[in-house]
Amino acid sequence: MSALLTLDKISVSYGRIQAVREVSVSIEPGQIVTIIGPNGAGKTTLMLAAIGLLASSGAMRYLGEDLAGVDVEARVERGMCLVPERRELFHDMNVEDNLTLGAYSRRAKAEIGRDLDDVFDRFPRLKERRRQLAGTLSGGERQMLALGRALMAKPRLLLLDEPSLGLAPLIVREIFKTIASLRSLGISILLVEQNARAALETADVGYVLETGQVTQQGAASELIGDPKLIAAYLGGH
Amino acid sequence: MSRRAMLILSCIAVVALACAPLLFSSFTISLFNYVGIYALVAIGLALLTGVAGIVSFGQAAFVGVAAYATAWASALNGYSPWLGLLLAIVLTCAVAAVLGAATLRLEGHFLSLSTLAWGLAIGFLFGNIEGLGNFSGISNIPPIRIGGHALMKSEEIYYLILLIVVLSLVAMYNLLDSRWGRALRALRGGNVLVESLGVNAFQTKLAAFVIAAFLAALSGWLYAHMSRFVSPASFDAAMGIEYLMMAMVGGQGSLIGGVVGASIITFLKNAIQDYLPLISPNAAGQLEVVAFAAIFIVFLQYARRGVVPFIAARLPSARPTTPASAAALDMRVQPKAGAPLLKVDQAMRRFGGLIAVNAVSFDVRAGEIVGLIGPNGAGKSTMFNLLTGALKLDGGAIEFSGLPIHGAPQRAIARAGIARTFQHVKLRPRMSVLDNVLLGAHGRLQSGIVRGMLRLDRTEEARARAEAMRQLERTGLAEHAFDAAGSLPLGKQRLVEIARALAADPTLLVLDEPAAGLRRNEKMELATLLRELRADKLTVLLVEHDMEFVMSLVDRIVVMDFGSKISEGLPAEVRADPRVQEAYLGGVA
Amino acid sequence: MTFDIAAILAVDGIASGAIYALVAIGTVLLFSVTRVMFVPFGDLAAFTALTLAALDDGKTPGTVNLVIALAVLAFAMEALALVRAGKMKMLPRAALFYLVIPIAVALAVRLLAPATPPLPVRLIMALALIVPVAPLLDRIVFRPVADAPVLVLLIIAVALHFALVGLGLLFFGPEGVRTQPLTSWSTEILGAMVSGQTVCIVIAAVALSALLYVGFEFTLTGKALRATSSNRTGARLMGVRPARAGTIAYVLSSILAGVSGLLIAPVNTIFYDSGFLIGLKAFVGAIIGGLHSYPGAAIGAVIVGLLESFASFASSSLKDVIVFSVLVPILVWRSLVSVHIEEEDEE
Repeated sequence: MSALLTLDKISVSYGRIQAVREVSVSIEPGQIVTIIGPNGAGKTTLMLAAIGLLASSGAMRYLGEDLAGVDVEARVERGMCLVPERRELFHDMNVEDNLTLGAYSRRAKAEIGRDLDDVFDRFPRLKERRRQLAGTLSGGERQMLALGRALMAKPRLLLLDEPSLGLAPLIVREIFKTIASLRSLGISILLVEQNARAALETADVGYVLETGQVTQQGAASELIGDPKLIAAYLGGH
Repeated sequence: MSRRAMLILSCIAVVALACAPLLFSSFTISLFNYVGIYALVAIGLALLTGVAGIVSFGQAAFVGVAAYATAWASALNGYSPWLGLLLAIVLTCAVAAVLGAATLRLEGHFLSLSTLAWGLAIGFLFGNIEGLGNFSGISNIPPIRIGGHALMKSEEIYYLILLIVVLSLVAMYNLLDSRWGRALRALRGGNVLVESLGVNAFQTKLAAFVIAAFLAALSGWLYAHMSRFVSPASFDAAMGIEYLMMAMVGGQGSLIGGVVGASIITFLKNAIQDYLPLISPNAAGQLEVVAFAAIFIVFLQYARRGVVPFIAARLPSARPTTPASAAALDMRVQPKAGAPLLKVDQAMRRFGGLIAVNAVSFDVRAGEIVGLIGPNGAGKSTMFNLLTGALKLDGGAIEFSGLPIHGAPQRAIARAGIARTFQHVKLRPRMSVLDNVLLGAHGRLQSGIVRGMLRLDRTEEARARAEAMRQLERTGLAEHAFDAAGSLPLGKQRLVEIARALAADPTLLVLDEPAAGLRRNEKMELATLLRELRADKLTVLLVEHDMEFVMSLVDRIVVMDFGSKISEGLPAEVRADPRVQEAYLGGVA
Repeated sequence: MTFDIAAILAVDGIASGAIYALVAIGTVLLFSVTRVMFVPFGDLAAFTALTLAALDDGKTPGTVNLVIALAVLAFAMEALALVRAGKMKMLPRAALFYLVIPIAVALAVRLLAPATPPLPVRLIMALALIVPVAPLLDRIVFRPVADAPVLVLLIIAVALHFALVGLGLLFFGPEGVRTQPLTSWSTEILGAMVSGQTVCIVIAAVALSALLYVGFEFTLTGKALRATSSNRTGARLMGVRPARAGTIAYVLSSILAGVSGLLIAPVNTIFYDSGFLIGLKAFVGAIIGGLHSYPGAAIGAVIVGLLESFASFASSSLKDVIVFSVLVPILVWRSLVSVHIEEEDEE
C-alpha cells in the first residue's frame, strides 16, 4: 500500500540549533495520524517543513512524488493544506472573503459557492458573521474560520497544527468532532496536538515527539494505554 | 586576533598613514582627505545604522549644517574657524537632538523616511537662503590655522583629518565596549528586551543619533575649510545615500568599516570618473550615477554584510581573558521571607474582542516559588507581560513591594527589582554569553557615554564583569562565557537568560516557560538551580505549561484558563481540583 | 490673501493633489503587497510625460530602448535562475512575459511613432511603454532580495531611483517638456477659473480609484492581492504566490504612475529628474494616510497638494522645504497614534 505522505529522516535547523532531528512519519490515505509531545518539542517546526515553509533535509514524498523543489504554493495546488498554529487569517478581510480565498488554488471556481454553503452548514457561527472582519472573531471562531478556509481548498491531506490551542473545552470537543467527521470526506489528516488524550482518541496512529526526535510510535489505541505516556502527557488520574 | 595584535597593527597603520604624504602626490593625498572626511560620517552611521539599526538618509544634511555654520561664521562674519567649529558642533547637535526627539520613536521604515524628508528639507533650505548665497553657496572660506600657520595645502590638513579620524575611532570603539555601548548593541533585540533590562531605549537611540551628528559636524567643518567653498549640491539627498552606502559597504556595525567603506566608495567613484569616458565618451556623466547605483544594488543583493565582517571572519579570533576578580557590586537587601512581595488585584487585559486576562488576582510572598500554570492560550503570557510592564493593564492593579507598578514603564519595573526571562529566548545571538549577562547588570552600573569614551569606566566594568562571571558560574555556564550566545543549544540559552536576570540582582525573578523545549535532564538541572535560588532568598514566579515540572518544584500554584484564575493552592490541592483536570486534560473525556 | 486667490490656490492644490494621489495609491498598493517602498514611481510618472512629449513630436521616445534593455536583462536573469533550478519547462512562459511582450510593445511604439497618431493613441502608447518598466525592474532588482528586511528594500529603492535618474538623462536628455493640455475647455467655479485639464485630472483620479476599489472588493485576484498584503504566510498557504501578486501590483501601480505622468505633463514642465519630488510628495501623502489605507493616501496626497499650493504663494522658493518639513510633525503625530498598536503586535 502506498502512503499518501512520507517524511523520511527529516531534520530542520534554526541556525545552529537543530529543532527536528531525523523524524520519519508516514500517513496512509484516509488515516488520521497524530504527533503529540510537549511544548517546544519541534512539532510546529515539523509541520512548517512538511508544507514547505521551512527548509529541511531528508526526503518527503507525497502521492509518490518527491517534494524536493516543490514550493508551498505547488504543494497546496496538489492538495496539501496546513492550518497553522498561528492560524494566519486575513484579519482585515471579512469571513466570507477569507473562506473564498481558501479556494484560490482550485481550478474549478464554479463550485466555490456551493462549498461556501457547505462550510457555513458545518459552522453556522461563521455564517452569522460572514460580513465581520476576521480580526474581530473570538478564538474559537477564528479556529473554525481557519478550518473552514482549509476545507474550501478541498484538500486531500490536511495538516492541523494545535487546533485546540487556547479554546474552551466545549469548543475543543466540537473541533475534534469536526476532525473525526472529515474522515468520511476522504480527507487524510496529520494532527499535531498538546491535548494528547483527545488527539489519540481521534487518531489511528500516534507519534510522540520529544526534543526534536520521535521517542515512541504506534497505534493510537495502544499509546493511549501506555503507562509512561499517561504519566507524562495524559495526566496521572 | 588578540587585542595586543590589533593594537600593534593599528599603530603600524597609523604610522604608515602618517608617512603617506611622503609617498603620494598631492592629488592622491587630497583623495585621502576626502576619505577621512567621509569616513567620519560613515563611522557615525556604522554606530547608528549598523549597531543600533536606525537607517538615516539624512547625514548629509548634518554635514551641511555644520559646513554652512562654520562658513557663515568664518567667511561671512570673519570669526576664527575654531569658533566656527564650536558653532558647527553646537548647531548640528541641537538640530539632531530636536529631530531625533521628534522622530526616533517611529518604527523602522517610517523613521528612515523621515530622515529622507528632513534631509531634503534642510538641503532645499541651503539653496534658498539669501544670506547663505542661495544655490551658488559660500566661497572664500578661510583655512584652519594652528598656531598662526594656515593649513592651506592638502598635505597639511591631512594630518588634522588623520588625527580627528583616529581619535574618533578610538573614542567610538571605547564607547561600544562600555555599559552604554552594550545597551546600544542590544537595541536591535527590540524595545521589549532592552527595556526589560532597565535601559531607556529612546534615550539610547537619541544619544546615538546625536553622536552620529557630532561626527558629521566634525566632517562638515573639515570639509568647509578644506575645499574652502560650500554649496547645497555637496549635501543633497544623493550624498546622504552615498554616506549610507559607505557604511554598508564597509560592514554592518563595523566602525573601521566606515573608513574602509569611505575608501572603497571614494576610490571607486574616482575610478568610474576616470574610466567611464573611455567606454562611453558621450554619456559618461550620466552613466556615472547609473553605474554607481547599479554596483550598490548588486552589493546589497549579494554581500549585504559588508567587507570588514567578511575579512574578520577569516582572521584568527582572539582568546579572551577571563575577567579578574574584583570588588562585588552593591546588592539589594532581600525582603524577609514570607513578606508580601507582589500583589495582583483584578488584573484585566483585552485584545480587540478577546479578553486575554479577566479579573485575575493573586499574591506572591518573598522567598517562595509560585507557579502560574494553565493550558496554552490561557492568558499566562499576557499576565506575565502585564507584570513586567510590557503590556498595559485595561483594569485592576499590580503592587510590588508595596508600590503600584501598573502603568510604570518596563524599565522602571525592571529597576525596581523584577527581572524576567522570555518564552522565546531573547538573547543577542552575536554577542558573547558574558556580554549578554553583563546587559543584565545595566541598571546597577552608572558610567555614562563620556566615561565610556574616555575609558574612565574600567573599575566599574571590572566589577560588573566579575559579577557577570559569578552569575555564569552560579548557572553552570562559566565555560561558555566567550561563546556567541546564539551558538548554544536552547537549554543553555535559557540558562543564559536566567544568568542575565540574576545579574540585575532582582528581588523577584519571573520566568516565562523556562522548561519549554528542554530535555528531561535539562529540566531536572533547571529545577535544581531554581531550588538553589530559593535557598538564596530569591523569590521566583514561573509561568509554565508543563504541569509535572511545576508540581515537584513550586510552593504554590495559580491556575489560569481562558484568562481567568480557576484555581489556586498547594500543588496537591490544585492537582485534585476537578476544574483543573477539565482544563488540562481537555473536554474529550 | 483674498478669497479669489485662495480659490485659485485651492483649485491648483486639488489638481496637483489628485496627481499625487494616484502615485500615493500605487505606493500604498505596492508596499502592502511587496513590502517595497517603490521610491521611483515618481520617476515613472516623469518618464511617461517625457515619452508622451517625444511622441507628440513624432520622435521615438527613449523609453523604447530602456524597455528593450530591461527586458533583455530581466529575461537573462530569469532564464539563468530557471536553468539553475532545472525548471526548463517554464522557460517559454518566462520568455513570453519578460522578453516577447515588452519588446513587442517597444517595437510597436517605435514603428508607430513617426506617423504621429492621434492624441488618444499617443496616450495609450506612452502608457503601454511605461507599464512594463516597473515589473521588469522588480525582476532585476527586487526579486533576488524578496525576503530582505523592509529597510534594505527601501535603501535599494532609493538607489534604484538614482540609477533611473541617470538613465533618464541618458535616454531623454536634459531638456524639459510640457505637453498640450488634453482639452482647451474651461469653466468657472466659485469665481476661480478651472481648466479642462484640472477637471480631467480629478475625474481620472476618482475613476481610477473607484476601479481599483471594485477590483479589490469583487474579484478573486483582487482578494488575493489584499490577502497577500494582510498576511503573506496565510496567502502562501492558500496557494497565492507573492511574486505573482507582486507583479500584478507593479503593473497596477505603474498604470497609476503613468496616468499621473500623462496628466501632469501639460501642467508642469517635466525634466528627467522631476520624478523624485513627485514621488516623494506622493509618499508624504501616503504616510499622512498611514501607508495602509487607500482613501487615507488619497486624502493625504490632496493635503500635500493644497499645502504646496498655498506654500508656494507664501514663498515659492521655500515651498518644498515647507512640504517636507511638515512631514516631520505628521510622522510624530502618527507615531503617537500608533504606539498602542505596536504594543499589541508584540504580543
